[in-house]
Amino acid sequence: MSAVAVLIDHDRGVPSGGALEALTAARSLASDLNTDLVAVILGDGDLFDAHGADLVAACADYGAAVVHCGRHSFLADYGPDAWGTALAMFVEAAGPVAVVAAGTDRGAEAIAQLAARTDLPLVANCVNVSPASSLADAPSGPAGGDAWHITRIQWGGSLLEDVTLTSTLPLLTIAQHSIEAEPCEGGPVPAAVADFEPDLGPEVQQTLVRDRVTLAEGVTLSTAPVVVSGGRGVGSADGFAPLEELADLLGGRVGCSRAVTNNGWRSHADQVGQTGTRIAPEIYIACGISGAIQHWVGAMGSKNILAINIDPEANMVTKAGYAVIADLHEVVPAICDEIRRRRDRPS
Amino acid sequence: MRILVCVKRVPAVGSRINVTDDGQQVDTAHLGFTTSPHEECAVEEAAQIVEQLDGDEHAVVVLTLGPEASTEQLRYAASVGGNEFALVMAEGGLDWDPQRTAVAITSAVRELEAAGGQFDLILFGNESADGGNFQVGIRVAHALGRPIVNGIKGIDPHERGFTARRETDAGYEVYELEAPCALGVKEGINLPRYPTMKGRLASRKAQIQVLDCTADVDAGGQSRVRLHRPPERASTTVQLGDSAAAAPAVVDLLDELGVL
Ligand SMILES: Cc1cc2nc3c(=O)[nH]c(=O)nc-3n(C[C@H](O)[C@H](O)[C@H](O)COP(=O)(O)OP(=O)(O)OC[C@H]3O[C@@H](n4cnc5c(N)ncnc54)[C@H](O)[C@@H]3O)c2cc1C
Ligand SMILES: Nc1ncnc2c1ncn2[C@@H]1O[C@H](COP(=O)(O)O)[C@@H](O)[C@H]1O
Repeated sequence: MSAVAVLIDHDRGVPSGGALEALTAARSLASDLNTDLVAVILGDGDLFDAHGADLVAACADYGAAVVHCGRHSFLADYGPDAWGTALAMFVEAAGPVAVVAAGTDRGAEAIAQLAARTDLPLVANCVNVSPASSLADAPSGPAGGDAWHITRIQWGGSLLEDVTLTSTLPLLTIAQHSIEAEPCEGGPVPAAVADFEPDLGPEVQQTLVRDRVTLAEGVTLSTAPVVVSGGRGVGSADGFAPLEELADLLGGRVGCSRAVTNNGWRSHADQVGQTGTRIAPEIYIACGISGAIQHWVGAMGSKNILAINIDPEANMVTKAGYAVIADLHEVVPAICDEIRRRRDRPS
Repeated sequence: MRILVCVKRVPAVGSRINVTDDGQQVDTAHLGFTTSPHEECAVEEAAQIVEQLDGDEHAVVVLTLGPEASTEQLRYAASVGGNEFALVMAEGGLDWDPQRTAVAITSAVRELEAAGGQFDLILFGNESADGGNFQVGIRVAHALGRPIVNGIKGIDPHERGFTARRETDAGYEVYELEAPCALGVKEGINLPRYPTMKGRLASRKAQIQVLDCTADVDAGGQSRVRLHRPPERASTTVQLGDSAAAAPAVVDLLDELGVL
């Protein structure tokens, strides 16, 4: 077959945003290699009954010629061993030229499980991939063949690393938010569906999701259209009340810097940055945050940034598109008041 | 209970990361060294688990692969709850590719277990702070035949193993693993302690076992050409004001962007 295969990481039938970005990146890789793009989706009968048609349609929108559906009762929910084993069986049977996944928790973990099982190199968080010039001289292992030239992120995106990859089967993850998910220009392609049934033993059951607890409904930090974040400049846990209010008025979420979580003012679930969440809102409002590189890499996917800071030289201010140089404790409540004033008296 | 924690020495970078002229490494001329926040939390978690248990046969063993200077990170671990320490000597090990790193760590774990007994739990960081390869722990666990789940933000030990929580966008997922097993942990699982006076003394006395098991470990298929800084996003900052009087201009902007 020799296609470029993309693992579609999904949560009970809903593909991650990263999976669509990975499809987009893999489509251009397939076109460089002059070969087909195919998708791999793992689930059980119920999952495919409920979501199969939508998942296949999404893959077709992004140009997948074949959608390989791995069905097994152990794939009813996510599990790294179940996904890694099923993926290894797909690779064995279908012989793709490359396997790509999203740099999401699930995508990165499942493909690392594949890498461990096959003892193949895995290049994580790629932002640019140039394959060996054509299929004819595609990599044929350390002994011969051209290497692939890849640029990946290090330090959560603060640095880039150019690497060469020599492998019989390149395995890659695509850095989140490094590429915009774009369906095929000419509309969906006619995607064929191919079922396969991986042979999964009971040992994969140990790492299946056993239970889940929902804490937040509605928009989340990584999907919110507006994120209002506070840093050390907020001064205390209570100091976040006006930021909460602004986020509520705009249907957004509150985020924070590591200085804030280290002080115990907010939960780490709210942290934006290298060791927190990567966000990509329409606008990021950063209040009292200096903009250290490890924070910036979590926020740089934002379409617009407004920095509110007393220091005009702060990194966050000089990198932002918009800034207010003033005390956040005065500016944020004033913005809330102005929003309420306009809503009370619609023009 | 014996818990192994794998930590990696990395430069303590500031608000901007510089690269040496040859592009081969981070310029550390004016930098100290540290470990990833994820790994600091892994050490803390291991210490907390062990401290809850009765008896004194429990241990937190901390392992690092790197140059001799990596003993600094082991000594730090000694000051915040680690009990035994192993340095897997590897010159240039800070920039080893993840496959090679995993093979060497796997043989080190085998050596440690042959001498001191099996680890009930092996903790890794979710990813290293520098390389961010998201795979060393998974490769090591697989080679040892143990289950592993990454991205863990909560661990509860019980009779037969560990209940582990992984954060999702909307809440968390629960996993049940039987010992022996491995977990990759994320910052936020706890707030790591600061070294106490007693801890500092312990760190000076810590015995570090040096393992020499990297001799015939081959390089993996990924190899560095150069490091470089991403292009700066050229931005001219539009200043909307220097007091609370900027509020109307801010709300105009929100309106323009369609988020009002
Ligand atoms: C490996 C690693 C990973 C990391 N990961 C992350 C991460 O995921 N996320 C993260 O955020 N950090 C991370 N960090 C930490 C990061 O380096 C910074 O220490 C942190 O982001 C600083 O937070 P801050 O901007 O809130 O605090 P500071 O740097 O102290 O900045 C406070 C800012 O508030 C401004 N200010 C003060 N008072 C006011 C006021 N009244 N009104 C307006 N402005 C005011 C000041 O001018 C200043 O700019 C990481 C570090 C390392 C080494
Ligand atoms: N040189 C090293 N020494 C010890 N542990 C390491 C080393 N490199 C990676 N690890 C462990 O493996 C995890 C994942 O690393 P990585 O695959 O590089 O993202 C890290 O968080 C560490 O726990």
